[in-house]
Amino acid sequence: MTTLNRFRISPGVLILFALMSLGVLVALWRYLFGIGAVSNLNDAYPWGMWISFDLLCGVALAAGAFTTASAVYIFGLERFRPILRPAILTGFLGYLMVIVALLVDLGRPERIWHLIIYWNPHSVMFEVGWCVMLYSAVLALEFSPLAFERLGWKLPLKIIHSITIVLVILGTLLSTLHQSSLGSLFLATPGKVNPLWFSALLPVYFFLTAVAVGPAMVIVESFISARVLHRGLETDLVGDLAKATPPVLGVYLVLKVIDLTLAGKWAFAFRDGMSVLFWIEIIGFVILPIVLFSQPKVRQNARSLFGAGVLVVVGVVFNRLNVSLIGWPRPADTSYFPHWMEFAITFSIIAAGIVAYGLVAKYLPLFSPHRAASPAE
Amino acid sequence: MATKYGMLIDETRCTGCRGCQVACKQWNDLPGEVTHNRGTYTNPPALSAKTWNLIQYTEIETNGKAGFYFLKHACMHCEKPACVSVCPVGALYKTPEGPVVYDDTKCIGCRYCMTACPFGIPTFEWSKGLLDQALIRKCNFCVDRVSNGLIPACAKACPSKAITFGERDKLVAQAEAQIRKYPDRYVNRIYGKDEVGGTSILYLSAIPFDQLGLPRLGTTPVTTLSEQVMEYTLPFAGVWGAALAGLALLFRLRNRGAQHAAEKEKSS
Repeated sequence: MTTLNRFRISPGVLILFALMSLGVLVALWRYLFGIGAVSNLNDAYPWGMWISFDLLCGVALAAGAFTTASAVYIFGLERFRPILRPAILTGFLGYLMVIVALLVDLGRPERIWHLIIYWNPHSVMFEVGWCVMLYSAVLALEFSPLAFERLGWKLPLKIIHSITIVLVILGTLLSTLHQSSLGSLFLATPGKVNPLWFSALLPVYFFLTAVAVGPAMVIVESFISARVLHRGLETDLVGDLAKATPPVLGVYLVLKVIDLTLAGKWAFAFRDGMSVLFWIEIIGFVILPIVLFSQPKVRQNARSLFGAGVLVVVGVVFNRLNVSLIGWPRPADTSYFPHWMEFAITFSIIAAGIVAYGLVAKYLPLFSPHRAASPAE
Repeated sequence: MATKYGMLIDETRCTGCRGCQVACKQWNDLPGEVTHNRGTYTNPPALSAKTWNLIQYTEIETNGKAGFYFLKHACMHCEKPACVSVCPVGALYKTPEGPVVYDDTKCIGCRYCMTACPFGIPTFEWSKGLLDQALIRKCNFCVDRVSNGLIPACAKACPSKAITFGERDKLVAQAEAQIRKYPDRYVNRIYGKDEVGGTSILYLSAIPFDQLGLPRLGTTPVTTLSEQVMEYTLPFAGVWGAALAGLALLFRLRNRGAQHAAEKEKSS
């Protein structure tokens, strides 16, 4: 554990805490003077970066938790067990970060619990809300053995172990619903989402890209934590993880091509600025990662593995922005670019996530060296 | 069945006086807005939490003549409102009489209604903090007047009878008769009769409706697809949950079988 003893006041830590403090101040300002006081959101742009990045991308990038958990517990791929805990932690922190962002972005954050008592089952947002609540609870339970082990609480540990398989199945189910429902949100806005991205298959696309980015995010996160925390990287293991991405992105690509062809939408792919973004997304962030991750040479090298992983992560961010924000028709004389205080909130939440990860790595058995410490069995 | 009300707005009769805009502010106690000269009569520039009804001015050339046209822009009170469909807490709802209204006490401020509305109607109180309690704001068809036998403030104020309040069915018939009687005066269409499943507000115009500033929309409600998906969600969750449990069992048995085989090999 001595190698992890690195959470001293280094410049990096100072920057993280400065960002977090700034975020707290901006949030305070927002609660005092309204969303308009800290953002460039307006009636023509009711949703901006907080929804498109913090929420949509935050949830997608948390997908590593359910993909890894289902690989180990549902598909019995025991060899991935060593990376299970960091993956669960990334997902758990991801969801907590999404909730914090929501508490800033919601107009009435003090009423978030209304989702529990007032129901509108026609609304996709109703499903999204419930998925956030329930899956966060599942992630907390999946994460809890780390705390129980550390505290030496035997009974709760035993209880969690006995229901782990139920938690994982429930978590995978909720993740499927949540990831896809974020795509379904935009089924209610036909004629606003650019035709190259709008499709009845949006929920399927959001789910598939989340499954593809799950392993990629675990790769990126493992690489960075190995560097920062001076651990060894299980290159062959994360390399194996990368094998999942090409087939999933491949299915996505084929569906997308068939979909655009059947809908007769290819003309939109050669028309305007959005056409350019479309090709960047398809070639740079779908086809290129498929090619890279298919090659053993790339999968066996930590650096190239990391690079290809970053490509998939950036690609999903790019996709979510294209679907939900860029290229929407807006009234004349209106525009939106995030205010610096919107960035401040986003960066402070990311900083808090990094700090939380570091604290867990330092104080809890995150990288269990022996199997005995891992949850279940 | 309650009587379904609507308003027929004959834009050819509108003089752009903004009496309705002011009457709306008066009845609903809405404050004024600080505005700037932006080279157009449309003022303030767009609907906002303080302005629920706005006259939009369009200057275009038709048949070589300069034309000045007006659009009374406010909530359309859709028959199948997107805002009502997407609100996660059911803060927005449609009354049997037609008005689409909002329950101040339920809203969580997610602003999905603003994102989904095909007419860009709901607005938000951007400059209100936690203590001021920000809310969504939009025209409510003067539901407090209508339910007490009065007509909406805008219709009451209109001096040129451009706004007719009445039963929606009768207004449609009236608009059709008007087009038949003066085919040269109108575009041969009633905007809102079928748009996104029909709206309580109906428009007649001398120029194409998109030039007036109304969006080009189909006849199906925009939330048709999302509501279908929501209907399939629970059954899908049941099937998918069972499938995942089945898969888990299958792989567990297979792994156990492989373990047994390995142990046998060792012992033999």
